[in-house]
Amino acid sequence: MSNFLGRLFGRSKEESSAQAAKRRLQFVLVHDRINLPPDLMTAMKEEILQVISKYVQVAGESIDIALKPSEGDINLLIAEVPFAKTLSTPRGALEDNDDDDLDA
Amino acid sequence: MGGRVVTVTSGKGGVGKTTTTANLGLALARLDKRVVVIDADIGLRNLDIVMGLENRIVYDLVDVVEGRAKVKQAMIKHKQFPDLYLIPAAQTRDKSAVSPADMVQLCNDLRKEFDFILIDSPAGIERGFRNAMAPADDILIVTNPEVSAVRDADRVIGLIEAENKGPARLILNRVKMDLVRKGDMLSADDVTDILAVKLIGIVPDDEAVVSASNSGTPVTLQDNSRSGQAFRNIARGCAARTYLSCSLMRKAGC
Ligand SMILES: Nc1ncnc2c1ncn2[C@@H]1O[C@H](COP(=O)(O)OP(=O)(O)O)[C@@H](O)[C@H]1O
Ligand SMILES: [Mg+2]
Repeated sequence: MSNFLGRLFGRSKEESSAQAAKRRLQFVLVHDRINLPPDLMTAMKEEILQVISKYVQVAGESIDIALKPSEGDINLLIAEVPFAKTLSTPRGALEDNDDDDLDA
Repeated sequence: MGGRVVTVTSGKGGVGKTTTTANLGLALARLDKRVVVIDADIGLRNLDIVMGLENRIVYDLVDVVEGRAKVKQAMIKHKQFPDLYLIPAAQTRDKSAVSPADMVQLCNDLRKEFDFILIDSPAGIERGFRNAMAPADDILIVTNPEVSAVRDADRVIGLIEAENKGPARLILNRVKMDLVRKGDMLSADDVTDILAVKLIGIVPDDEAVVSASNSGTPVTLQDNSRSGQAFRNIARGCAARTYLSCSLMRKAGC
């Protein structure tokens, strides 16, 4: 989770405390605003995972969800679904490789 | 039409609502406006002492609402500005003594004789907050550049919008420029990026605010004070009913 969010909200090593405050606030406020209780968030993740695995082979048992503030009046709901690198890759092969670049 | 009701509120307590109300009240009076400030923080009477009017209280807001006193009897005239009055909060009674409808009624009466009715609201989302919100034409949210205060401000902004009372406007109080420059305090731009409201005032953290409260003479009466100047800028926007955004004010060289 933190890894994913770190990439999403552009955390860097040289981040100042003000930048950290801004990043953390922007993250927490979209969650405050959507006001989705943790159990419903978990249920939503499970359903999204079920739907996606109907069509493609998913690596791992869970997905990460983040809400990202965006321009104007909308926020983006972003889901990170761990995918097998190639369809023939065995499921277990990617499990400890969670540092993959999202953009690659 | 008549006077305008301006409610000063916040999510978190202690961010500077009372300081802001007192200073805006005085700054507006200095602009020759007829002003009444109402302390709606029932049980936590504060505005009187910050404005130096604490020794002259006979009746309070609850006395007026419950009919024991006429509005005129509860209004305390400022020593220096004869067109500035305070209606103090009750110190002892519980908050349910006043209802939102009471506040609307009271403010409608006051609109006839005043240009501005400023309400010092309690923080947060309890009953007293709704009382202060009910009659408001303009809502000014005070926050500090700190994570907890900004988060709580967002919550209150959401509530105000949900009740179609907006748009709320933001005053960022207690900014320490040296910390902002070092990257150790959220800047005004950071805060406007985070909160979806117009920023209408940036007030520096200033020791003079505390000494001014000590003596009951709000800092805006000191012409050379930076925080006092910030409050005067906000008051000008308020008086013009335009509430210039801070970026515009900077362009205009304020
Ligand atoms: N700009 C400022 N610089 C320094 N101290 C301030 C400033 N604004 C408020 N304070 C101090 O912060 C404290 C809380 O302010 P107050 O106006 O009573 O907050 P609130 O009404 O929101 O609870 C007071 O001691 C006040 O003197
Ligand atoms: Mg107060």
